[in-house]
Amino acid sequence: MTNEIRHHLTDAILMAYAAGSLNEAFSLMVATHVSLCDECRARLESYDALGGALLDGIDADAQAPVAEDSLAATLARIAASDAGETAAMRPAPAPRGSVLPAPLRDYVGGDLEAIRWRPVGMGVKQAILKTGPGATARLLFIPAGTAMPDHGHHGTEMTMVLQGAFSDEDDHFARGDVEIADEEMQHTPVADISEDCICLAVTDASLRFTSLLPRLAQPFLRI
Amino acid sequence: MTEPSPARALWIGHIDRIREDKDQQAFAELFAYFAPRVKGFLMKSGADSAQAEECMQEVMATIWQKAHLFDPSRASVATWIFTVARNRRIDTLRRQRRPEPEDLPWGPEAEPDQEDVIVLQQESDLLRQALADLPEAQRDLVERAYFGEMSHREIADATGLPLGTIKSRIRLALERLRHAMNGSQ
Ligand SMILES: [Zn+2]
Ligand SMILES: [Zn+2]
Repeated sequence: MTNEIRHHLTDAILMAYAAGSLNEAFSLMVATHVSLCDECRARLESYDALGGALLDGIDADAQAPVAEDSLAATLARIAASDAGETAAMRPAPAPRGSVLPAPLRDYVGGDLEAIRWRPVGMGVKQAILKTGPGATARLLFIPAGTAMPDHGHHGTEMTMVLQGAFSDEDDHFARGDVEIADEEMQHTPVADISEDCICLAVTDASLRFTSLLPRLAQPFLRI
Repeated sequence: MTEPSPARALWIGHIDRIREDKDQQAFAELFAYFAPRVKGFLMKSGADSAQAEECMQEVMATIWQKAHLFDPSRASVATWIFTVARNRRIDTLRRQRRPEPEDLPWGPEAEPDQEDVIVLQQESDLLRQALADLPEAQRDLVERAYFGEMSHREIADATGLPLGTIKSRIRLALERLRHAMNGSQ
């Protein structure tokens, strides 16, 4: 992927992902962005390196003595499962021309054609992805030139562009870019006129819509 | 507190021997060093002794089985074992799914560059040393982020660890890889 990504993940979220303490929905955001972004892939792997250095340097009194037959038991496990099935640790790259990177394809069951959109009004559609508790991940479809309802946030909202582009009061976001909105932020994202915009959005709390209509719609949107 | 470095440089050779020759002696040495660390790591993150033993054995078995996937131009052996242990912890102990970034499309000539390997390993060693040299309180903060389930917000800025050089090295390795791939397609 050679397009220029200008808006990246934060150190805090990359470190939390490397440490393994991020919930599933935000982990999906990290995995999706890193699939497209070598910059963040390198940053992430440097946080993995920090985990490795910690493991390596763990104090003698924090090491745990292993069971007496531990090595033999492990070799027996290896022998028992040595049927040559060694799945890769990471999903294979998405086929050329895919809009969705491999981690998202896993959730959707294919590329764009496999997404089961539900209309939420004004031409906007969404598909909520099935993830564990703590945060919600959804795909959003915003028709070219359309504005999302003006809203604020109760928690953190991360939005990554997969197709098309959008702008809000502050900046412009194209494929691979991540916008991170927090409690202080109030914005109205507008999709570029040239192409329908598809985004991955992850939120850890509901959004606050300022106009009445979207507020009524909120229970149905589950945002 | 820290073992002499010569032993460290050998771990890559150990992985090679496991991959090429299914060398049980090499595995036994790797196991003697890493198994108590992995088990300690799992217990620090909340597993009891029996769970941690079981989970650690799975981790070490995975290291044997996936030895061919280890890329020494992008990670030290300790880092690789850490990532396997971390993923096991999420999968087995927390019963959560962890979406992973897609793999890089390995070209036929994806042999790691020896220069990359050497420098990455040296920088991993520098990072380990820098971590050991951190004031107790800061090191504790980092440990809690990785071993416990503490907040990470301040940690990245607060510690000033030399992650930048490792990042540049990995970035360079990725670029070479992509370059090799484009040349081969
Ligand atoms: Zn990035
Ligand atoms: Zn928003």
